[in-house]
Amino acid sequence: MPKPKVAFYWCASCGGCEETVVDLAEDILAVVEKVDIVLWPVAMDFKYQDVEAMADQSIFATLLNGAIRSTEQEAMARLLRRKSRYLIAYGSCACTGGIPGLANQFPREQILQFNYEEAPTVVNEKKIRPQLVFEDQGRRPHLPELHQVVRALDQVVDVDYYIPGCPPTPKITKAAVSALLDGRLPPKGAVLAPDIALCEECPRRDSKPADLSFTGFKRTHQKLLDPQLCLLAQGVVCMGPATRQGCGAQCPSGNMPCTGCFGGTDRVKDQGAKMLSSLCANLTAKDENEIDQALEGIPDPVGTFYRYGLAKSLLRRKVDLPSGNGK
Amino acid sequence: MDDAAKQAFNQGNLRANAAYAAAKRNLTIDPVTRLEGHGKIDIYLDNQGDVERAYFQVPELRGFEVFSLGRPAEDMPQITSRICGVCPTAHHMAATKALDALYQIEPTPAGRKIRELVYHTFMLEDHALHVFILGGPDFIVGPEAPPAERNIVGVIGKVGIDAGKRVIATRRRLRELIAYFGGKVVHPVLGQPGGVSKALKKEDLPKFQELAQDAVGFAEWTLQVFRQIVLGNPEYVKLITSDAYTHKTCYMGMVDEQNRVSFYDGMLRVVDCEGREVCKFAPKDYRQYIAEHVEPWSYMKFTFLKQRGWQEFVEGPQTGIYAVGPLARLNAADGMATPRAQAAYAQFFQTLGGRPVHHTLANHWARVIEMLQAAERIVELTNDPEITSPEVRRIPTATPAEGMGVVEAPRGTLFHHYQTDSRGLITMANMVVATGNNAARIAMSVEKAAKGLIKGGHVSAGLLNKIEMAFRAYDPCLGCATHTLPGHTPLMVSIFDHHHLLLRELSQE
Amino acid sequence: MHNETPPPAGNGSWTPRIVAFFCNWCTYTAADLAGVSRMKYAANTRTIRVMCSGRIDPQFIVEAFAKGADGVLIGGCHPNDCHYAEGNYKMLRRFALLKRLLKDLGIAEARLRLEWISAAEGEKVKSVINDMVAKLTVLGPLDVPGKVADWDRELSQLVAAADAAPVEHEVIHA
Repeated sequence: MPKPKVAFYWCASCGGCEETVVDLAEDILAVVEKVDIVLWPVAMDFKYQDVEAMADQSIFATLLNGAIRSTEQEAMARLLRRKSRYLIAYGSCACTGGIPGLANQFPREQILQFNYEEAPTVVNEKKIRPQLVFEDQGRRPHLPELHQVVRALDQVVDVDYYIPGCPPTPKITKAAVSALLDGRLPPKGAVLAPDIALCEECPRRDSKPADLSFTGFKRTHQKLLDPQLCLLAQGVVCMGPATRQGCGAQCPSGNMPCTGCFGGTDRVKDQGAKMLSSLCANLTAKDENEIDQALEGIPDPVGTFYRYGLAKSLLRRKVDLPSGNGK
Repeated sequence: MDDAAKQAFNQGNLRANAAYAAAKRNLTIDPVTRLEGHGKIDIYLDNQGDVERAYFQVPELRGFEVFSLGRPAEDMPQITSRICGVCPTAHHMAATKALDALYQIEPTPAGRKIRELVYHTFMLEDHALHVFILGGPDFIVGPEAPPAERNIVGVIGKVGIDAGKRVIATRRRLRELIAYFGGKVVHPVLGQPGGVSKALKKEDLPKFQELAQDAVGFAEWTLQVFRQIVLGNPEYVKLITSDAYTHKTCYMGMVDEQNRVSFYDGMLRVVDCEGREVCKFAPKDYRQYIAEHVEPWSYMKFTFLKQRGWQEFVEGPQTGIYAVGPLARLNAADGMATPRAQAAYAQFFQTLGGRPVHHTLANHWARVIEMLQAAERIVELTNDPEITSPEVRRIPTATPAEGMGVVEAPRGTLFHHYQTDSRGLITMANMVVATGNNAARIAMSVEKAAKGLIKGGHVSAGLLNKIEMAFRAYDPCLGCATHTLPGHTPLMVSIFDHHHLLLRELSQE
Repeated sequence: MHNETPPPAGNGSWTPRIVAFFCNWCTYTAADLAGVSRMKYAANTRTIRVMCSGRIDPQFIVEAFAKGADGVLIGGCHPNDCHYAEGNYKMLRRFALLKRLLKDLGIAEARLRLEWISAAEGEKVKSVINDMVAKLTVLGPLDVPGKVADWDRELSQLVAAADAAPVEHEVIHA
C-alpha cells in the first residue's frame, strides 16, 4: 500500500508555520514514516516539474501556508489545488490573511514609496524603483508583479479545511494530520480546532467575572499584569472571548493577552466587530465624553480587532483604496 | 553580392545563430531550497559560454514599515516578529529595545537577564537549525550528493539516528525555555518597555540549569562533528577556501566594551578587508554610517557604508560593501566573550590564516563557534541568583517620541527604528535587517560563484547547487530582507546566452 | 435640516440606500407615526425593527456596508428612556468605537448615524432621513460590493497576463 503523498508549501509567509512542522520534533520522524513528502521547499530539494507532472488529485493533502500576494503565489495555489485531493489552509495568513493582511489598510504605492524613497536610510536621488522588466545592455531580468490586495487562500481557490493560528500549534497540526490519515474527516470547510472560545480553556478562567465591566482600558505597557488573574478583569484588551481555542492559551501563559490569531468561532461573521461589541457593551461610562475617554485605551481598532483577519473581514480592505485597474 | 542576396544571407545567418543559441543552455534553479524566504538568480552567458553577469533578485516585498503606521508601539514586538518565523525572537528583541529607548527606560536587572537568557537560547537553537537542517546538509551530506539526501533525513543517515535525535531533542528543550517566558516559541510575547512580561519561578530553575549544561555539551559536540566531517575532509576545505567563494569586503558586528562578540547589546564595529577598524558607533547613530541603495532588478535594497558611498558591487580596501553574520562578527571583534568559544575562535583564525577571514563558507564554522558562546552565556545566566527575582518589569512614564533597538540576529545586525506621536502610536518605522545588510555581498557571491563554476557553457545540477551554497552560507532570511509586501517566487536561476535568450530550464534535483 | 423630499429611486439615477435599524419602542413607533400622519420623506431606507438599539450587533452594521448600503442609520430611545433600562447606552458605547473603526477603513463619518428618537417624534424621523439622504447624495455611492469586484479583477488579469506569455524551454532532468 503506497504511502499517501503530502505536500507543504508556503506563499507570502514568514516561515513560522514551517517551523511548527519542524517543531513536531521527534514526532516528525514518525510523520516521515507514514507519509511520502513530495514537496517542502524549506527543508527539501525538489522540482516543480514533478509536481506539474503528477496526476490531478494524486497528492493526498497539501498544507499551504502564507497569504496570496502575487501571480506566482496564485499560480502555485491553483496548481496545488488541482493536484491535491485535500487542500488545507495552514496558519492565520492562509486562513484569514494574517498580519500581512494589515497592508490592506494602505495603498501599494505608499509601501513602494516609503521603501524605495522615503525611508531614512535610503539614498536614491534618481528615485530608482524595482522594475517588472529591466533593460540592462540587452539583458532583461524581470520581477513578478505584486497584487494591490492581500488575500486569504480561499479568496483565490476552493479550500477543504482550515488549521488556524499564528502559528498553529504542533498539537493541533498533529491531530489534524492524524485525522486526515485515518479518514476521520469533518464536513468540508471545517476549521480543525475546537469551536469554543478561548476563555473556556484558559487557566485564568476562574477569575473571569460573570459581569465584566470596564471603566477604561489599559494598554499592556501601562500596567503590571498579574499572572493568575483574568486579563480582561485587569482592564486590558484580551481577544479571548471572540477567539477560537485550541492553542492552550499560550499568550496568557506568557502573561500577555490573547491577540486573536485563531480567528473567530463558527458563529462569528466578523471577529473584529464581534469583539468591539462585547468590550464596548461592558463599559460603565454613559455620556459621550466619558465613553471617548474610556476608549482611549484602544487607539488602533483595526490593528487590535483585525490583526490577523483584515483580509477576510466583511470589508476586507480600506474601501477607498485604488483597485489598480485601468492604470 | 546584391541586396536581395545580402538580405537572404543575413536572415539565414540570424536563423542559424538563433538555432545555435537555442542549442546553448539556460539554467534555472527552481526553486532554491533550504533557506527561509524566496529569491531568484538570473545568469547571463557571453559568446564563449562564460558568465557575463549574474543578478541576485529578491522578488518579494511585504510592507511592514508602512502597515505599522498608526499601531501602538507596544504592539511592535509582536507585529514585527511576523517579519520572520525563523528568527521572530530577533525582531521581537530589537523592537523591545526600541521601546526602551522610546520610553527612555531601562529594563530591571532581572528583566534584562531574562531577555538575555531567552535571546542566547534562541541564538543557539536557531544556529543549530541552520547547521543541521538548512545549510549544513550541504557539507554534512556533501554538495554532490543526490538532492533526496541533502536534508535532515540525509544528515541523520550520515551521523546516525541517535545523533539526529539529540539534535531534535535539544532544540525542542531550548525552544521550550523560550516558550516558558514568551508563551510560545514562534512569535513570543515577552517584550515590554522596561522589562519582560513574566518572571522565572524558583522551582522551575533547576531544569533550565540542567538544560544549560546540556547545551554546552551539545555545542561542543556540534563543533566536533563539524571538525570531523567538514574540516576533516580535504575536498570540503578546498571548497571553503576556494576563490569562487572568497570576497574582500568590510565586516560589521556588535561588540561589548572589550570588543568581544556580543549578541544582545553593545556598540557596532566595522573593520575593513585588512582588519583595520573603520568605525565604531552607537546604534542610534546608524544613519550616519549605513545607507541603502536601490537597484531596478530586485525588491531587496543593498546596504553600504555611507561614508564611502555606493561604488557598485566591488570588493577591496576601498569598498563600501560590508557583511554581517557569524563570520563578520568574528572578524569585527577581537575575541569571544566566553572561554570555550574564545578557544575555538583562536583556532579558527589560526587555521584560516589570521583575521579577517574572507571565505564566505567559513560562516558555517563561525556559526558553530557562536553556538558555544550562546551556550556558555546560558550557563552564566541560569546560575545568576537574580534570574529568579520577581522584579522583571517597570512601568514607563516618559512621553515617547523616538527610539532605536539593535541586536545581532543569527544572520547579522538588525536595526529597528521607530518614531511615534505623544500617545505612542507609530508615525515612522524603519527596519534594516540582517540579510539586507548582506544583500550586496550575497549578490557578489552569487555572481562570483557563477563565474568561477560555469565555463564554456558547461553546467550541471551539482554546479547549480554549489551556486546555491554561496547563497545559503549567509543563512539568508529573505522573509526579513523584504519586509515590505508579500510576494513570492522561490529561488530560480535562469541562464541566458549571449543573445540574451532564455532557452532551457535546468531543474534542480 | 432639510425639508425638501428627494425624488424616489428609479429613472436610472443613483440615490443613496440606507439601512435603518429602529428600536421597536421608540424610533420604529415614531416612524409609524410619521407614516400614519402622512409625512412625506425620502424613500431611501430599508427599515429593520429591533427590540432595542442595544440589540444591534456591530456585525450587522459592518455587514450592511459590505452588502451595499451607502449609509446606516440607527434609531434608539433617548438616554434614560430605554425600555430595557440601559440598552441604548450599549449602542452609544459601540457607536463611539465603531465610528473610529469605520473611518480607519475608509468609510466617511456621515455614513453611520445614531439618533435618539422618541415615539412621538415622527417629525424627527422625517427630518433625519431627509438630511441623511441629502448628505449621502453629495458623498456619492459607497458600493462596497462593486469595489470588491473591481479589486478582484486583478486576479484574472494577472493570471491572463501570465498565461499570455508562455516561455518555450526544454527541461533537463539532472
